[in-house]
Amino acid sequence: MSAAATGVAASPVVYNEAVVRKFVIATMFWAIVAFLVGVVIATELCWPNVSFGLSFLNFGRLRPVHTSAAIFAFGGNALFATSLYVVQRTCRARLFGGDALANFLFWGYNFFIVMAALSYVLGYSRSQEYAEPEWHVTAFLVIVWVLYALVFVGTLLKRQEPHIYVANWFYLAFILTVAVLVLGNNAEVPVSFYQAKSYSLYSGVQSAMIQWWYGHNAVGFFLTAAFLGMMYYFIPKQANRPIYSYRLSIVHFWTLIFLYMWAGPHHLHWTSLPDWTQTLGMAFSVMLWMPSWGGMINGLMTLSGAWDKLRTDPALRFSVTAVGFYGMSTFEGPVMSVREVNALSHYTDWTIGHVHSGALGWVAFVSFGAIYYLVPNLWKRSGVYSTKLIAWHYWIATLGIVLYITSMWVAGIMQGLMWRAYDQFGFLQYSFIESVAAVHPYYVIRLAGGLLFLTGGLLMVYNLIMTVRSSSTEQVTAAVPSGIAVAEA
Amino acid sequence: MVIRHEWIERNAILMLVLVLITISIGGIVEVVPLFTIETTVEHVQGVRPYSPLELAGRDIYVREGCYLCHSQQIRALKDEVERYGHYSLAAESMYDHPFQWGSKRIGPDLSRVGGKYSSEWQYAHLANPQALVPQSLMPRFAFLAGTPLRTDDIQAKMRTLRTVGVPYTDDQIAHAKDDLLAQADPGTDATAFGKRWPKAVIVPGNVAGPTEMDAVVAYLQVLGTMVNFANVTTEQLRQ
Repeated sequence: MSAAATGVAASPVVYNEAVVRKFVIATMFWAIVAFLVGVVIATELCWPNVSFGLSFLNFGRLRPVHTSAAIFAFGGNALFATSLYVVQRTCRARLFGGDALANFLFWGYNFFIVMAALSYVLGYSRSQEYAEPEWHVTAFLVIVWVLYALVFVGTLLKRQEPHIYVANWFYLAFILTVAVLVLGNNAEVPVSFYQAKSYSLYSGVQSAMIQWWYGHNAVGFFLTAAFLGMMYYFIPKQANRPIYSYRLSIVHFWTLIFLYMWAGPHHLHWTSLPDWTQTLGMAFSVMLWMPSWGGMINGLMTLSGAWDKLRTDPALRFSVTAVGFYGMSTFEGPVMSVREVNALSHYTDWTIGHVHSGALGWVAFVSFGAIYYLVPNLWKRSGVYSTKLIAWHYWIATLGIVLYITSMWVAGIMQGLMWRAYDQFGFLQYSFIESVAAVHPYYVIRLAGGLLFLTGGLLMVYNLIMTVRSSSTEQVTAAVPSGIAVAEA
Repeated sequence: MVIRHEWIERNAILMLVLVLITISIGGIVEVVPLFTIETTVEHVQGVRPYSPLELAGRDIYVREGCYLCHSQQIRALKDEVERYGHYSLAAESMYDHPFQWGSKRIGPDLSRVGGKYSSEWQYAHLANPQALVPQSLMPRFAFLAGTPLRTDDIQAKMRTLRTVGVPYTDDQIAHAKDDLLAQADPGTDATAFGKRWPKAVIVPGNVAGPTEMDAVVAYLQVLGTMVNFANVTTEQLRQ
């Protein structure tokens, strides 16, 4: 936005787009892996013997592969791709640190992901959700992450624009906070330097609190703040409209990053965590609703005057629907963080549904929107190969999400109600296994939803490959040489 | 005084510092007191560090991702207490590095599964859950029975845990290997063992030496059994 808006045409800046292209390819590769492993473990929850008793196919080992592939591999590569693209263009500066460092970020980060996934499958895990990699894998990630921070902040410092664009505030907060979270939650002592096994420095209740301080803010900063950064660049670009409110973006940025850090204890309601901590967590989670909707309003209202584009641009439809899902799940979250609601929802599939309305509806959709925009830009094509296929992808994936989250609502609320049901004589009405059997149909519906989402992803991959390969998308005028973008006058 | 956001937007380092301050406050307020408030972990009797075989079993429980389907945290809610037993105390997981409270119940809570079933039942169930519970979604863990348990690093593990705060005694560490074998061998004299590891359950084991399955069963059988709730007063439970 600002690069085009200032109208200052200094010497042309040659951006590093090669590394962004690599991250985009990795994003799509890991997207398919994440969706596929999700489908596999959803199948295991319908028919447990499809793992054939093989240790490396068991749910317990594959579930971290699915979550890490979705969050860190698919989400992470999407964030690297977009943050490095956005920071260059909004600062009008090539990436700080040179191309070798940028390439190291790509290979280093993806090496970390492969190491992490292999280690889970082979039976190495710290047993902390979304922080399962053992100490040596995490240590390597820390190196990559520090260099990522260096490249990002370095590029901000050498910018030719007076202001730091709002998308970069969110990316910056994401990079810094994830560093703090990973370091805080991974304090551990290895059994020996030559052994993967380590023991956390924290135990019991403190360990639980620190894990969910980490875990909730992995959601808050990795999956929310950073993707808001994505929203703040790509929605204005796609809609060709300025951001709705500058003031709102300031207010919701600072309140969002402040309040998120308090919300962790809502994962531990009614547990051995002291009540005062639970109450604080609940109160701040409810407050968090406001800045979350501030972001949603700012994203949606950016469309004012350009709503008609939703009819003609299915890629924009992805981004805008994503903001809608963001608004929905950031309303659902505060509701579930209320102790009385949580008494019913915790430990059930309601939580799984909630996570997926955020992960599929918000994170994946806003990434899809950005990538449909990015690929023709990065590969210098006139447009995406088939707009019709994007529309098919959109509707198939949306139907998949609807099946997923509605089946999980029903399953989760049913589990919660069955566990607490009493019969006429005052005894617990159901055994645990009855609640397991009762949700089977909903698990099958969830699997169908996942399969649809995967199908949509495969359509997207095909569409993007054809965008790069097909002669029909070649640019008629090759005025701008590959890899060069000149600030327009 | 008017604070102009423009100053922050024009200064990357200032923004970086302000972001770091903003995100630090919540965590500090919620986490630090948990280490300093003395009643956070209740003062109840009976909780001891895991015996060598239980510890090995716990490491396998962690490795296999059991926490992804089984919680170990009975909430202070009427139906949970009736279904699973006394609500979980912070003290009961104070030697768990890290905690295994879990976040999802695809299977039932395991906080107090110790002694609920016989060891033989646990072996058979782990090997083929559907043979005992036809509607179960649990995968088969028969491979654990075919995997010899690694025992050479048990002392190193206990020493590592001691550095992070688990009060293993020199005596316990010195006898770790013997005690590990003893707990998987019903034939051994368990007097000294029982003194070092009260309430530890001797599992059937087999002549070829302990397997990973033996370790997991020993771990499951001690869960939730350490505190004798008959002797616990309300005063002790106040956090």
